[in-house]
Amino acid sequence: MTHLVPLPVVMPLLGAALTLLLLGRPRAQRWVSLTVLTATVAVAAMLLVRSSLDGPLVVEVGGWAAPMGIVLVADQLAALMLVVSAAVTLCVLVYSIGQGMADGDEETPLSVYHPTYLVLTAGVCNAFLSGDLFNLYVGFEILLVASYVLLTLGSTETRIRAGTTYVVVSLLSSVIFVVAIGLVYAATGTLNLAQLVDRLDALPDDIRLVLQGMLLLAFGIKAAVFPLSAWLPDSYPTAPAPVTAVFAGLLTKVGVYAIIRTETLLFPGGRTSTLLLVTAVLTMVVGILGAVAQSDIKRLLSFTLISHIGYMLFGVGLTSSLGLSAAIFYVVHHITIQTTLFLAAGLVERRGGSTALDRLGGLARLSPLLAVLFFVPALNLAGIPPFSGFLGKLGLVQAGINDGGLLAWILVAGGLVTSLLTLYAIARVWNVAFWRAPHPEMPRVDDTDRAARTDGAVEPGRGVATAQNSAATMPRLMIASTAALVALGLVLTVAAGPLFELSTDAADDLLRRTPYVEAVFPKGTP
Amino acid sequence: MTPNLTYVIVIGVLVAAGVTLLLERSLTRVLMGVILLGNGANLLLLIGGRAGGAPIVGTTSQEEMSDPLPQAMILTAIVITLGMTAFLLALAYRSWHLNGHDEVQDDVEDRRIMTLAERDEGPDGEDTGDDDDDDMTAEGERLAASATPGRSG
Repeated sequence: MTHLVPLPVVMPLLGAALTLLLLGRPRAQRWVSLTVLTATVAVAAMLLVRSSLDGPLVVEVGGWAAPMGIVLVADQLAALMLVVSAAVTLCVLVYSIGQGMADGDEETPLSVYHPTYLVLTAGVCNAFLSGDLFNLYVGFEILLVASYVLLTLGSTETRIRAGTTYVVVSLLSSVIFVVAIGLVYAATGTLNLAQLVDRLDALPDDIRLVLQGMLLLAFGIKAAVFPLSAWLPDSYPTAPAPVTAVFAGLLTKVGVYAIIRTETLLFPGGRTSTLLLVTAVLTMVVGILGAVAQSDIKRLLSFTLISHIGYMLFGVGLTSSLGLSAAIFYVVHHITIQTTLFLAAGLVERRGGSTALDRLGGLARLSPLLAVLFFVPALNLAGIPPFSGFLGKLGLVQAGINDGGLLAWILVAGGLVTSLLTLYAIARVWNVAFWRAPHPEMPRVDDTDRAARTDGAVEPGRGVATAQNSAATMPRLMIASTAALVALGLVLTVAAGPLFELSTDAADDLLRRTPYVEAVFPKGTP
Repeated sequence: MTPNLTYVIVIGVLVAAGVTLLLERSLTRVLMGVILLGNGANLLLLIGGRAGGAPIVGTTSQEEMSDPLPQAMILTAIVITLGMTAFLLALAYRSWHLNGHDEVQDDVEDRRIMTLAERDEGPDGEDTGDDDDDDMTAEGERLAASATPGRSG
């Protein structure tokens, strides 16, 4: 089974090369991307099954033995992240294909879009699978470079402005990461994660703390943890809707994944757990206060994204098995839900002509379907029972109460307040954009009709009937993919029991550390 | 292992100059800053490994070999920096093309608050349900006061 491990990286990269060769043939590009990502989902699912049955799967790249060569490791955490992110990228790809077909491909340079999107996927998968610190850096760079291109697609004035900030901040975090890698190598003489376990344990405490701090700083910027999060709400909302959605779902979570991995495998014992808990509560509260103050749906969602990163840090900072497993569960939930909400916001933009709250209204009556697609994940994000957002927060609160420390109680309180304020922010969007009377400047039904007729290439003879059809300006593929993600969110709710068992297994393995190390070095660490 | 002092000083100078340039408004200078920072980081990687002869079996005895791994990592980092330099240059050029300059501009929110502060009025909440006008204006004035000197520089 181990030959499957490199596939989530190799297939998207080969797909990217192939789509690059197919420049100017959008139909062929679409099929290649769809096939590759579907295959990635399948492989990731198989990896998840095998890794939970047989323990971590390890591949030595190029056949070079472990401490010399680079290893790819698919343990339960990595495989779980792979499955969710592959499923989400597939749905977003379908959404963007729907959008591209409706808008005509001239408007966005789709020929560049597909290769870059696949490279992004390869980077994300590489970061999850990497068993080597420098390879993790390479994975980050692959996904970041792809994200620079996606964020500045079309290079309009706003995107260039936002892209500049984003690129410079990301470059800075990469430099910090490289410096941290240099220091780790100088101190230990290796970058293999499994080999680092022993060698880092042998280092003096102060040196370990410096290394841990540097890595946390680098990953903190990428994960948009509070004092390092200002770049996110400025850059994400300007990108095209599918791009924002996939960024919101995946990129920050790769940072969170890296934090989980390094905090458990390399630096156990929770020496920085106070720091993590304090930043967690600040991230939650400051982030959500930012969201409350926003009057644009995309910006508001970007702030909720930052805010909910705090929940994951909360779980990591507790260093207990329950806390860690709730954090992993929350990552899975949040990837799905945040992406869904951004896709729904993209649909709102199409139907209402804007995402500014003061230009929207009456969407619930104009488009009941869209209302449902927004409402369900929105409640899920806010943590209303019985959705997965509630279950994840419940796990975290339980872990916090079990911990019993003062800081843990403060975090429990902060988490509950954040949940309430998320509900407030989301309810405000709902009241203004969906419930009040339609805004006079919004596209009226006859616009809708015209848009439907340009859509007619896909479905001829539909234009007449669409006067009352609320989904008229929203291409079917976009609706279908958003609905699929909403459904995935509901599946996470229904399957929360098995999923939580899985995340508990993953958390236990992470805390024990030996399964990972023994999988990489079956004959003992050299 | 004790690192070579010259290297340490050079790294310090490179990083200090890089950070100074990074704080500039002009994207071209920011780019220079990124390059200097990257070179500083690369040198740091280099002194993490042992110095010595070419690490090729047969030409150098094993005790005298330098550590090839940091050099391989630096090569990777250099390639990445090269790509990023090209991308940032393209961004700067595009920005110059669109705006006539390549200055990094303020955040949308900052600019909105600053213009409101200049006109000395809070955000007109219209129907958005914003009822925190006073706070926003006070915040805006503070931001505008602190941001003005930076703009002229």
